[in-house]
Amino acid sequence: MHIPDGFLAARVWGPLWILGVGGIWCCLRQVGRSLGERAVPLMGVMAAFVFAAQMLNFPVAGGTSGHLLGGVLAAVLLGPWAGGVVISIVLVVQCLIFQDGGLTALGANIVNMSLIGSVLGYGFYAAVRGGSSGRGRILTATAVAAWCSVVLASAACACELALSGTSPLRVALPAMVAVHALIGIGEAIITCLVISFVLKVRPDLVYRSEGIRT
Amino acid sequence: MKLRDMLIGLGAALLLALVLSPFASPWPDGLEKIAGDHGFLYRGGGKPVIAAPIPDYAWPGIQSGRTATRIAGVAGTVIAFGLACGIGAMARRKKAKQGKAADTQGNINHG
Repeated sequence: MHIPDGFLAARVWGPLWILGVGGIWCCLRQVGRSLGERAVPLMGVMAAFVFAAQMLNFPVAGGTSGHLLGGVLAAVLLGPWAGGVVISIVLVVQCLIFQDGGLTALGANIVNMSLIGSVLGYGFYAAVRGGSSGRGRILTATAVAAWCSVVLASAACACELALSGTSPLRVALPAMVAVHALIGIGEAIITCLVISFVLKVRPDLVYRSEGIRT
Repeated sequence: MKLRDMLIGLGAALLLALVLSPFASPWPDGLEKIAGDHGFLYRGGGKPVIAAPIPDYAWPGIQSGRTATRIAGVAGTVIAFGLACGIGAMARRKKAKQGKAADTQGNINHG
């Protein structure tokens, strides 16, 4: 879902740059406030893992592929703020070093995959999980949030294309949402597999917000 | 997070990049496919705003496409790891300088 240069009009990518930078700045402030020192290496590991996993496109229907976005995965382990920072770092590395996603579209990609994919994705996770610390509940919340985060990110992307005059909303929105409803299933499966493994070997690594006692 | 856990996590990521990356599906991703189907893929075909050093996940100058992808993947994984550790540490240090120890008021403390 990485938008390249040329897909978005300046009147769209300009404000999204501001929104993206502002969002990351807020995330960084929260990270400084809430993250324990020992979580810093976990941020590194998550960025490494999400970068590597994003290279692994899996086939979905009709000659199309998808890959893990990792927003909810990072947020379930690190919380929404560090999760958002980690995904943004991956997007910056992909853009500046690997030409995956355009520099003009970097703000849009951060908004879609980091702010919607990770920060908002965590909101779905928290809502479904509630105060529960049961394994089944955590995995259900993870799956729901993973799917929703991908589909919502794709819907946002479609809106940005439409606002840019690249593709009308009635074409872009159903097409993007339909494909990403499938890709989202892959996202949910992979995210659940990883979280399920972490719950088995190091359950203490799953992020605990206030009010949840594990 | 202990050093051992960090090395296991980083090792898993490196393994994905090294072993699996050449076997990723070559099909276009969702956005790219739709751009092709609906006739706006050409808009992304112009010169990128900046020239990236390792375009398209292929380390330049290596004959074998698979090897080029593996090396690019490992490089990117290491860079992402280093950058995230650095930025995470900086975000925390900045806070500590302001005289508020994050751990005392923080709501998580990963072991």
